[in-house]
Amino acid sequence: MIRVNHRNMDFYEGMTLKSLIKDLKYSFPTLMVKVNGELVPKGKYEETRIRDGDDINIIHPIAGG
Amino acid sequence: MNVTGVKDNVEKIKEAHKLLKRYEYTPGEIQRGYANKTLYINVSDNIIEAKEVPEEIKEKFIGGKGFGLWYLWNAVKSTTKWDDPENEIVISPGPIGGITQYPGAGKSLVVSLSPTTGSVIDSNVGGHFGPLMKFSGWDALEIQGKAEKDIVILIDGNKGVVEIYEAPLESLNSHILAEELTEIFAESEEDKRNISIVSAGEAAEHTLLGVLNFSFYDKRKKVQRLKQAGRGGIGTVFRNKKIKAVVVRYKGVKGDSNNPADVEKIKELGLKLHREIKELDKDQCRMREIGTAHLVEIMDDYDLLPVHNFKYGSHKDSRKIDSKVLVKKVVQGSPDGCWHGCSMACAKAAQDYELKTGPYKGHKVVVDGPEYETVGGVGSNCGIFDPDYIMECNFYCDTYGIDTISFGTTMAFLMECYENNIINKDITGGIELNFGNGDAAMEVLHQMAKGKGFGKIAGQGIRRIKKLLTESYGADPKFLNDIGMEVKGLEYSQYVSKESLAQQGGYALANKGPQHDEAWLIFMDMVNNQIPTFEDKAEALHYFPIFRTWFGLNGLCKLPWNDVEPVDNHMTDEPAKVPEHVENYVQLFNSVTGKNIDKKEMLLQSERVYNFQRVFNLKMGFGTREHDIPPYRSMGPVTEEEYLSREERYDKQLENILGLKPEEMSTAEKIEALRKYKYEQYEKLVDAVYKRRGWTEKGIPSVELMEKLGMDFPEVIRLIEKH
Ligand code: SF4
Repeated sequence: MIRVNHRNMDFYEGMTLKSLIKDLKYSFPTLMVKVNGELVPKGKYEETRIRDGDDINIIHPIAGG
Repeated sequence: MNVTGVKDNVEKIKEAHKLLKRYEYTPGEIQRGYANKTLYINVSDNIIEAKEVPEEIKEKFIGGKGFGLWYLWNAVKSTTKWDDPENEIVISPGPIGGITQYPGAGKSLVVSLSPTTGSVIDSNVGGHFGPLMKFSGWDALEIQGKAEKDIVILIDGNKGVVEIYEAPLESLNSHILAEELTEIFAESEEDKRNISIVSAGEAAEHTLLGVLNFSFYDKRKKVQRLKQAGRGGIGTVFRNKKIKAVVVRYKGVKGDSNNPADVEKIKELGLKLHREIKELDKDQCRMREIGTAHLVEIMDDYDLLPVHNFKYGSHKDSRKIDSKVLVKKVVQGSPDGCWHGCSMACAKAAQDYELKTGPYKGHKVVVDGPEYETVGGVGSNCGIFDPDYIMECNFYCDTYGIDTISFGTTMAFLMECYENNIINKDITGGIELNFGNGDAAMEVLHQMAKGKGFGKIAGQGIRRIKKLLTESYGADPKFLNDIGMEVKGLEYSQYVSKESLAQQGGYALANKGPQHDEAWLIFMDMVNNQIPTFEDKAEALHYFPIFRTWFGLNGLCKLPWNDVEPVDNHMTDEPAKVPEHVENYVQLFNSVTGKNIDKKEMLLQSERVYNFQRVFNLKMGFGTREHDIPPYRSMGPVTEEEYLSREERYDKQLENILGLKPEEMSTAEKIEALRKYKYEQYEKLVDAVYKRRGWTEKGIPSVELMEKLGMDFPEVIRLIEKH
């Protein structure tokens, strides 16, 4: 189990930040992502492996529309 | 645009003009963003007058929508209806409006009593009219009265004249009318860029959903492009006053036409934003490439794109109408700013689009847009995933003067009624109004323009259609109220708010009705889970509507605020507010007006006007809690098919939040339990928001609040005390 934006989510082996964002269909172009409080730049999503128990924040920094 | 025969007709049209009134004036210099005069025109008696703008009114209302509300407030009584002569249309650009160095500074704000809501409505629109009008010497234009015959009003800021003409021969539909009037009033080819025209169209005359088209001349395409003041039927008021058009002509726009206090600072702020847009837009919102239509696929991914009258939030065919498809239809590389200096340039257009239907079938025209709202409204929400239909419908809505948002939401509602046998072919006159039937929707649109057939019913907007179907056709009012996506009589704009309580409030609590320009909180709430408590949501529903009101006071476009974000924005404390851009706006205001406000005072400026607008609703018989209730379709599943489409999610909510056992319940029972819960949540949200805003439980701004804000005009206090 991992936490994404303070909600529980199932964990699977081989999960990366990139695959997680894809699974969630988070296609908004400017995301701010933190894994266990550490900011992860966009270029590192693919290489960032998610571990069981991780606490992830994927913030869409917009109140637009 | 190839508008056949425009030039040939011009002489005849001009000859038929009969001058009803000529008023001469000496245009004063603009001082720090203000002309310090407003223009009052009464078209019943052909009265034209100038009014001074008192300092106190500038302090309290700033300009733009603030001025509009103030002048309208003074013009109407609580008994005034939208089609009474005393109703006004007020157009005002605001003090920052018209600067050319900072993107998004050419908007006009239009205020009137709405035919569909019965209360005050405001609309923010591009095009060159507002700035050119200000540089012609007027901070606002008030139009009151009703002409006997069709008229055109001209404001010539170089000659210092205002004229009213009887104008019998001009076309009504905007794409031709704008060309005719440009030919008539421009003194040369070069002069066309100095002309901007406000017009409506045939459907504005025959429906309640009329828009005003505000034009700007596109030198490359050699055509007047059209931007829409869309919401709430102001175009209908315009035609009801028998106005065909208001034309402004002003030559001489310069970087310092506003005579700002500190032009160098404005340039510096502008340069910084131009750089951001140039460097970041291509990887952020792609506004320069496709405009707001970039949102189509994003909204689909997040289950927020309205499909089949807001039943669903995504669809397998939505990729057929997404930005990758639409981008091929619009002209690239054009300087598509709707006012000078807007490097965000999102005002996209298709050229040489050959129309397939209607009175202009075969004509090749320019289609402005399509914007996201149009794609969502006339496309996915009606289940029509056909890009050509969207272009065609977009064009005809614009030229006929009908709001694509209200058209789309109304049509989607009618389609659901048709599929539920609430209306049938006997009522539609044989039109098969199933979801997905683009030909049928086009047919209804053409009928709306003519005020014929089923178009007469469809053009009334959802609130009146619900009444008609209930009273004359025995429809179940509960079901219609659940699926009819309107609040206060205004149709919803195009986002699915079912899973975001904050956005349900953002829509239903909005002063003018459910338009997302007050608050769009879906990501903060539903996706980021950043505002989990009622208090958090209430804070957001206090801050954002107040902050966003400010754009409308100053003649600004909202898009450059957050459709491009500084590269380090995410590192700030409150990235959703885009703090650096807010600071830009504070400095921009100070640099234009010479004042010295800070962020706190900026919000106070808005809070004054926001609360005044709420009291204005009260004056017109609305503005209390019972008018802030959303239809259930915007909150949760009305029908079994909707419930089942998100069964897992809803079952979990019943189980985890309410402690129920969904496996032992029928779908109907589950829907009922969820509904009860969602309405309870909504009421708690409303309590929290009213409290945060300083309103009573009934939703009325308190006397203390109005006193604190300095908006304690005697009539305001009397109204509040009466409640
Ligand atoms: S961002 Fe788009 S809508 Fe706003 S002012 Fe610029 S071109 Fe016009």
